[in-house]
Amino acid sequence: MKILNCPLNGPRPIQEFHYGGEFHPPLDPAELNDADWGQEVHHRHGEPGVKREWWYHTASGTWFIAERDNLKDHVIQTYLYTPECGND
Amino acid sequence: MPHRLLKFGFSDHHPEPRMFREVSQLKPEYDAVIIGGGGHGLAAAYYLGKDHGISNVAVLEQGYLGGGGTGRNTAIVRSNYLTPEGARFYQASVELFQDLSRELDYNLFYSERGHFTLAHSPASLRTQRWRAEVNQHLGIDSQVVYPDFIQSQIPQIDLTCGGHQPPIHGALFHPPGAIARHDAVAWAYARGADRYGAEIHQQTAVTDIEVRDGAVIGVHTDRGYIKTRKVLSAVAGWTTHITKMVGLTTPLVIYPLQAMVTEPLKPWLNHIVVSASLHVYVSQSSRGELVAGASLDPYELISSRSTLDFAESMSGHLIDLFPCLPQVNVLRQWAGMCDMTPDFSPIMGLTPISGFYLDSGWGTWGFKATPISGKTMAFTLANNRDHDLIKAFNLSRFERCELVGEKGAASVGH
Ligand SMILES: Cc1cc2nc3c(=O)[nH]c(=O)nc-3n(C[C@H](O)[C@H](O)[C@H](O)COP(=O)(O)OP(=O)(O)OC[C@H]3O[C@@H](n4cnc5c(N)ncnc54)[C@H](O)[C@@H]3O)c2cc1C
Repeated sequence: MKILNCPLNGPRPIQEFHYGGEFHPPLDPAELNDADWGQEVHHRHGEPGVKREWWYHTASGTWFIAERDNLKDHVIQTYLYTPECGND
Repeated sequence: MPHRLLKFGFSDHHPEPRMFREVSQLKPEYDAVIIGGGGHGLAAAYYLGKDHGISNVAVLEQGYLGGGGTGRNTAIVRSNYLTPEGARFYQASVELFQDLSRELDYNLFYSERGHFTLAHSPASLRTQRWRAEVNQHLGIDSQVVYPDFIQSQIPQIDLTCGGHQPPIHGALFHPPGAIARHDAVAWAYARGADRYGAEIHQQTAVTDIEVRDGAVIGVHTDRGYIKTRKVLSAVAGWTTHITKMVGLTTPLVIYPLQAMVTEPLKPWLNHIVVSASLHVYVSQSSRGELVAGASLDPYELISSRSTLDFAESMSGHLIDLFPCLPQVNVLRQWAGMCDMTPDFSPIMGLTPISGFYLDSGWGTWGFKATPISGKTMAFTLANNRDHDLIKAFNLSRFERCELVGEKGAASVGH
């Protein structure tokens, strides 16, 4: 069984989690023209590599961030969101 | 073992002609290079030769023909999509499929079964009615049917789902829905492309693409460099590797999709049965095996591993629908990589890089599109202009927020 580490509840079976997609720093619509906005909203980093992703622990209602290798399915670390997460 | 077969096995001189030439050397230059020897790449090579007289073409395949999604899918062919753009496109593909065994002179075991998409709630029945209306408007044979009809067509189905799941309220019924022998589609297109002069190179991986001043000038492979001004990426689940080579971003993300087959049974299931609520679809192959698939894995992963979770939940749901199955053994399970788009429609055609063409975004639904994507991509390469049927699928639709929403018709139906 695959185990994911919830920052609040510790290691839990993957079935207790919901995948929330790639983490994306918040966008400012005032700064982008329409085409860039469309790209930012829809385009993703789909290539192999380590990505930051949103995950949700369903049982406790916790959203958090996981750094995961999308080729090896290896989770490097998980942590709660802080506003600093937005700064790449 | 018969004596003749034994002799044949030990002989070095196989009298049977091969399906296509084994070309040992890559040429220094081609008019077009197609990356990916799946059905789509091979079909594009075939139609480049047949429709446009372009024969100086190489298809480069890193593994073996059909080793990607083409050889892993559950082979469902149908056109009962939700949007006019989608339905028209897939209908053109079904029409090509219906005549393809004859055209390619190869038995593709194309078998029209009738396709049921079950509705387990009034809301889902409403979506099926919407699809039926769009389909009928476009001349596609598709209608909503009710429990009595479903039971009369599929006597083994349990419309109450054993009380474990919401009962079946009705279904979208699409009589032309079919299955085909997927490997044969790749082989037959390969043979056809070869006859028009295209070269097929297996065990040849593209490692980089050379772009100068916004235009493609060549590709690097693990067997050397090739000059070319036109590159078609037809690699489905590998597309994000290729777009990275040319510095293009797309909405594509890769998810595994899993499937399995049971031991062969006497023929009893004539139709293709899909239930989005139970995340299952099933048909019986010409060998008698039940071929069943699920919905996507729950999170992004560039891998074709399969899981016990899947086999367990899939089997449970199959038994909910068909209580006659508990004693039947599962023989194999596997997964393929699906290049998913946010609107469940493909990404096809010209890109911001001149001479770089995308045939991608095939997700869980691309097998049925093999003939028409080959034909329209060949047109697009030859004329450097998107074919009418694929205009709505260009990558630029995301910038314009003009999505072609097919989720209601493609998310589990395949
Ligand atoms: C379990 C499962 C069930 C499915 N069921 C259905 C269904 O019922 N109906 C339906 O319509 N669709 C279905 N699909 C989707 C369908 O299988 C795919 O969309 C379709 O096969 C894509 O075909 P393709 O020719 O574009 O790509 P593929 O067949 O995946 O071929 C791409 C090829 O490119 C090669 N390649 C990749 N990178 C490189 C490189 N760098 N250099 C050289 N070669 C490279 C790969 O080795 C591969 O052979 C299913 C998919 C799965 C996984």
